[in-house]
Amino acid sequence: MTIRFSLNGQTARFEGDPQMPLLWYLRDHADLTGTKFGCGIGSCRACTVHIDGRAAPACVTPMVALQDRAVTTIEGLAGNGALHAVQRAWIEEDVVQCGYCQAGQIMAAVDLLARRPDPNDADVASLANLCRCGTYPRIRRAIRRAATLLREEAEA
Amino acid sequence: MSAVPSFTRREFLTVSLTAAGGLLATFHLPRATAAAAASFETPDGLGVFVRIDPSNRITIGAPGAEIGQGVKTSLPMLIAEELDVAWSQVDVEQLPLSLLPSDEPPGVRWRYGAQGAGGSTNIPGGWEALRPGGARVRRMFLEAASERWQVPVETLKTRDGRVLHADGRALSYGELAGAAAQRPIPDADVPLKDPADFRIIGSPQRVVDAERIVTGREPYGIDARLDGALVAVLARCPWFDGAVQRVDDSKARQVAGVRDVVTIPGPAPDGLITPNLAAGVAVLADDTWSALQGREALEIEWRKGPWAGDSTDQLRERCRAALDEPGTRARDDGNVDDALRDATRKVDATYEMPFLAHATLEPPNALVQLEKDRALVIASMQSPSGAQRMVHQLTGIPRLNIEVRLPRSGGGFGRRLENDFVAEAVLIAQAAKRPVRLVWTREDDLAHDYFRFYGLHRLTAALDDQGRVSGWHHKVAGTSRIWRSPGREEDPIWTGLVDEDGYPAGTVAHLRNEYTPVDFGLARGWWRGPVHTFVTFGIESFIDEVAHATGRDPLELRLELIGPPRELEYRGHGGPKLDTGRLANVLRVAADRIGWEKGAGAGRGLGLACHFTFGGYAAHAMEVSVSRDAGLRIHRCVCAVDVGQPVNPLGIEAQVMGGTVDGLSAALGQAITVRDGRVEQRNFDTYRMLRSKNAPDVDVVIVPSRATPAGCGEMGIPTAAPALANAIFAATGRRLRKTPLGPELG
Repeated sequence: MTIRFSLNGQTARFEGDPQMPLLWYLRDHADLTGTKFGCGIGSCRACTVHIDGRAAPACVTPMVALQDRAVTTIEGLAGNGALHAVQRAWIEEDVVQCGYCQAGQIMAAVDLLARRPDPNDADVASLANLCRCGTYPRIRRAIRRAATLLREEAEA
Repeated sequence: MSAVPSFTRREFLTVSLTAAGGLLATFHLPRATAAAAASFETPDGLGVFVRIDPSNRITIGAPGAEIGQGVKTSLPMLIAEELDVAWSQVDVEQLPLSLLPSDEPPGVRWRYGAQGAGGSTNIPGGWEALRPGGARVRRMFLEAASERWQVPVETLKTRDGRVLHADGRALSYGELAGAAAQRPIPDADVPLKDPADFRIIGSPQRVVDAERIVTGREPYGIDARLDGALVAVLARCPWFDGAVQRVDDSKARQVAGVRDVVTIPGPAPDGLITPNLAAGVAVLADDTWSALQGREALEIEWRKGPWAGDSTDQLRERCRAALDEPGTRARDDGNVDDALRDATRKVDATYEMPFLAHATLEPPNALVQLEKDRALVIASMQSPSGAQRMVHQLTGIPRLNIEVRLPRSGGGFGRRLENDFVAEAVLIAQAAKRPVRLVWTREDDLAHDYFRFYGLHRLTAALDDQGRVSGWHHKVAGTSRIWRSPGREEDPIWTGLVDEDGYPAGTVAHLRNEYTPVDFGLARGWWRGPVHTFVTFGIESFIDEVAHATGRDPLELRLELIGPPRELEYRGHGGPKLDTGRLANVLRVAADRIGWEKGAGAGRGLGLACHFTFGGYAAHAMEVSVSRDAGLRIHRCVCAVDVGQPVNPLGIEAQVMGGTVDGLSAALGQAITVRDGRVEQRNFDTYRMLRSKNAPDVDVVIVPSRATPAGCGEMGIPTAAPALANAIFAATGRRLRKTPLGPELG
């Protein structure tokens, strides 16, 4: 069977094993290695991507589930060469240590702020993504900063 | 045309003109003092790589291995400071492991050093080796300008990558690069900056790779690709020292995309290389999913090996028995037996530390390409020089022909000091006769780590009639790290399990630190802040217990024990001295910040702990509550550190904050347990790590200092667990003597 979907705004098609997780398609076939492998069971969320705009773990999403859907990866987040506000906030708060989980954290934060543009403390601490380096305090600061940046963008 | 190389056995330095008319300087400057880190594979000095383009853009090579500890930012800062350029002019480029031929055995020498990451050594090593490198290159620009302007060099200054004439004229380094590249190389004793003039050292700087990381463009080891390389996954024998009895790979070979299946025997019992490799069967395929499907389809009969019936429950009993036997004395001051016999009062308690996994978020992996007399290795590593030696030993390929690239690592924590995954990739590439990129799954990682050692700690204190500590006995029974460790047979058996000169050694007249090894099948390795995370929970919990047993204030008792400011002998890594004044200071700063005098809020408890780790001083203070509804809550968490001269305060805060979270994460939820000879935990659902909602903010206080800087990647961990347990006791009256604390709390 042929699975047709959109990948970072481009039309894509897949004809391999429909049970292949999206993660391995991205990393081994689409040459998009920004989405990271951490656990394979949807627990650590290093592989978080957007499917139709909502955060989802690519490691437990089979290709067959993508028919007619839109996938966005970290590589597709920044439009027109400009960084997304969440990416800017991440740099400004110096969140990154090893950095391996951060693409997934950012994709999860973008989804959170789309649903909660004015996040409270519980929202800010709600990302379930693991960070082995323990950057959580700066992740929370960056989410707050990104919320401000996004509001400024919306008002501009 | 090149300047004459300045070359001695201990130093190698070249300066040359680049094709673009810039200046390229490369040095290897070994550290002036040998590291006392016998048990770590440490960088033997670091190298300087500086390129100055005619446009006055400065490229500085990062000579360390970046595992998230920030050295790709902080080491180039050391060079940039003495070069006297603006940080905004600087681009940083990761250096590959680089060897040059040598006339002396073993026929090769480092261009930039061994480039490892372990024992928090990069910053102290770079402090001595890198700054003089930067200063010597700066001197060449001064001399070139002096010649151009025909004025004495002493009348010239530099600032932001420019040489300044007293009359207001200026030349950029870029404009002088061609001339400077042809100057003789200055002597090694070019003076360094007065710390009062530092403009980059001590300034907060963000991670240099941040933009590439947040856009997903920064490649880690697992992202390396090579045309023609197959993905390999390995089914390893889950029983330690087991073997492949029989394999039927017919179904695996039918999986679409699978190209080959090869069997990898385990190591020979007396083999010197990779003694902890598991026997296994590798599946090679076009992509990872096919390889994993192929591995599922293997039918393997394992020979379980000698440890198949063992468990951590049995190990605990063996350690309990060993605590009652005389051990090896790592330190024995005065007469502890007499002190305990004559004591007015004795306090004793036993603490248990579990095996821990490193669980780097980027699982182990390696890309290996072998040709007749050449090899390429790309992997996330902490010991690239060890990996290169291993490839040489396994293949016979000359070391100069083994190219080792150092991508950014998705965490290290000590796991990547081992190179078992590189050895596996080499063995698979040899058997399959093609390049491979080996990928470990999380299940592979948790079953086949080099685990943080297990141990029981029994502490006994003798108290005199004034309630002062007059004797101290710390007995450890556990699984030795020095076990199947080729080249480390001479190390004392207690290495890594006893902090022989750690506080309170030197402050109590009668003190014994003692150790008994107990056999167990699991491989053991270094886990971030190794000995310190292992011993400090017991020591700092026990001091708290002594205080409560005698009705003393825990802060006051600690300060009494530490005593007046003085330097104590410290033979271990981070020595040769432990400054009690600096230790007491961070403890006081942390206690003040949490409001120790004022006391905890209603229903809450305060806890303290302090420790000396690898040349740095850290103290935690926490305020917690425990309730039936909300469980454990950490309301406030302070960590005060004295790291010496801060190099990058933003990076130090990150390391101490992250170290604290790591320490709490392990203390609350983590243990690797073994039943029927196999590791029980399989993935993050059973090996639990803190997530954001349970990780506290960390108030990091960096104490000002001009002392030689210590690396700070590990010092934030050891005191987190005991400060937490002490705060839980203060809040609830329950003393927890075993980690993980979470299950104990119920």
